[in-house]
Amino acid sequence: MSDIAIRVEGLGKQYRLGQRASYRRLTESLTDLATAPFRAIRQRIDASVKQGGTREPPDDGTFWALDDVSFEIKQGEVVGIVGRNGAGKSTLLKILSRITEPTKGDVWLHGRVASLLEVGTGFHPELSGRENIFLNGAILGMRRREILQKFDEIVAFSEVEKFLDTPVKHYSSGMYMRLAFSVAAHLEPEILLVDEVLAVGDVQFQRKCLTKINDIGKDGRTVIFVSHNIGAISTLCNKAIFLMNGLIHSQGQTKEIIHEYLTTVDRKNPSSSKLTINDGDKTATISSIEIIDRDNSPVTNLVVDKSFGIAFDFNVIEANANPQPCILLSTTDGIKLFQSICTDNFTAIKQYRAIIWIPENFLNDREYILTCALTSPNPTRIHVSVDTTITVLDNINAPTRGDYKGIMHGVLRPLLNWEVK
Amino acid sequence: MPDSSPESFPDFSPRSGSTTPVAPPTILIHLRPRHGLARIDFGELWHYRDLLWFLAVRDIKVRYKQTALGATWAVLQPFATMVVFSVFFGHLAGMSSQIESGIPYPIYTFCALLPWQLFAQAMGASSASLVDSQNLIAKVYFPRLLIPFAAVIGSLVDFAVAFAILLAMMIIYGIPPGGAILTLPLLVAFAVLTALAVGLWLSALSAMYRDFRYTTGFLIQIWLFITPVAYPLSIVPDKWRLLYGLNPMVGVVEGFRWALLGSSAPPVFLLVVSLTVVLTTLISGMLYFRAMERTMADWV
Repeated sequence: MSDIAIRVEGLGKQYRLGQRASYRRLTESLTDLATAPFRAIRQRIDASVKQGGTREPPDDGTFWALDDVSFEIKQGEVVGIVGRNGAGKSTLLKILSRITEPTKGDVWLHGRVASLLEVGTGFHPELSGRENIFLNGAILGMRRREILQKFDEIVAFSEVEKFLDTPVKHYSSGMYMRLAFSVAAHLEPEILLVDEVLAVGDVQFQRKCLTKINDIGKDGRTVIFVSHNIGAISTLCNKAIFLMNGLIHSQGQTKEIIHEYLTTVDRKNPSSSKLTINDGDKTATISSIEIIDRDNSPVTNLVVDKSFGIAFDFNVIEANANPQPCILLSTTDGIKLFQSICTDNFTAIKQYRAIIWIPENFLNDREYILTCALTSPNPTRIHVSVDTTITVLDNINAPTRGDYKGIMHGVLRPLLNWEVK
Repeated sequence: MPDSSPESFPDFSPRSGSTTPVAPPTILIHLRPRHGLARIDFGELWHYRDLLWFLAVRDIKVRYKQTALGATWAVLQPFATMVVFSVFFGHLAGMSSQIESGIPYPIYTFCALLPWQLFAQAMGASSASLVDSQNLIAKVYFPRLLIPFAAVIGSLVDFAVAFAILLAMMIIYGIPPGGAILTLPLLVAFAVLTALAVGLWLSALSAMYRDFRYTTGFLIQIWLFITPVAYPLSIVPDKWRLLYGLNPMVGVVEGFRWALLGSSAPPVFLLVVSLTVVLTTLISGMLYFRAMERTMADWV
């Protein structure tokens, strides 16, 4: 056997439209059964008509969440999976973690697989932290003996010693999260699957988790990491896979793939000035992010010598948490340029709109990663964080240029004063 | 991301010897679409036996949390049913006179209510177990068979509590149990297997079709009437006995009365018929469950 940890060949997963949203009624299945013969004939006719055509979505209310995906991951590699919503990332993880079976294709996993669960999955609110460590450990496939051996380590890492005998329903979401991560991290699987769990929670612990994941990678364990946090992926992963519409768009070195990811326009979901998000936690959610000009109308083309605004539409759900909009601008190779926090207080339970204005003659003509987040200052918590890209176009008559027509170097292009004597 | 400090991500410089490299893994898991009947993987179930225990303990610990009466509920339900049955069936409907051995009606019916409650509770819990655990099923892999298994185990605790009351009642009524009481564990196991057999089918079906969630309560109600709990078996005409015996709970309930009260001959024939029915349902239920397990996470 070679040093391959995961081999995936021609993997596909088909869903019925809306299948995951609702369960079936018995009558539906009976109707399905009754009409099945006719459907088969019809499909055959359709198939003969459409022969040789491009891959059309099938007409029978099904779609491929993942289609013909193949890749290999070597032992000890930390691989990031990037892709927009609905690209098939979660489906891929679901298959790899054996939650669901593929519709076609093969997967070979060399070693024990564990997935880092969403906060509190498998925790029972009425049980104490101690009881939940055992329950959760067992759910993840640990034997009681193993849990006992690592119990002290798990508790120490989770930092909840004092509340070990308190029912976890009284825990804060941060404590929940810490305990959950701690159990999974001590499972010592050969392959660890991490899905978006680090997107929320307090920053201190996020850092600790990332270090732990990194250590796991150094141990020769294999880690698959799915995240919208491009920063985390580029720091942690040595390889990356870019999924788009259920297919592998590209795979390779993290830096190149992230660049590809950020610069590829998804033709099915063309970029617009407004990004619908509807994501967040129990405290606050962002409903959308919109790029606007001085007249408050949406813009799609940003130009170096025109000011533009980034408008957050967000909802405060929990009053005293004070979630504040925040942006981070980075280059596509991951260099963080600056961060800006709206330091007003957002303590009313309502929808807010906050706009940050980026001045004209400040950014250069290039692509940037724009991270929009809602964060609470004290204690520091991220409620939601979304990465998107913005492209700023050049204007040959921009005041920063004068009569110069060549390349303007640098990540920024501020208009500065020259004093001439 | 909201921190502005330069070390917003941890230091990833290689550490020296702080960790030991993992040995090359020996496990190879091959995932692919499977069709037809799925094998029941006993090795895997065995590996996860601790989880079965923890799930069962969770159910038991949680059941009476935040209730004022706590485990008293385990006694209250069969006891109240016994009182109602004694008044309406025993007294008003004249069932007391139908009992040949002259055993008092309350204890005669309580003795049947115990296995009945065990069965009803275990079947209800296992039927609902998958839908109740949908969050878990959608997020993490483990043999799903453990969920209805664990649900069934939980009902044994209630049974044990209620059983203590029965023993106390037998002492009060002056009915000493005979040696046949030693067969009781087998009968209990039989009641649990019956509940599991039906529960496996219903849990897998209701994960797919929520219609079946409504059938469980209804089924238990009907089932109580076709089981000799409130009335003695003797009122069922002989020619219907075989058909009647297809209901596995008939054998269990009669077995209980025989083991505890020595009321009639051991229902050997009934139990053999019942055992066949139960094993068929149980094995087919497990196979159906396994077949559904493959894509259960997509449905629940």
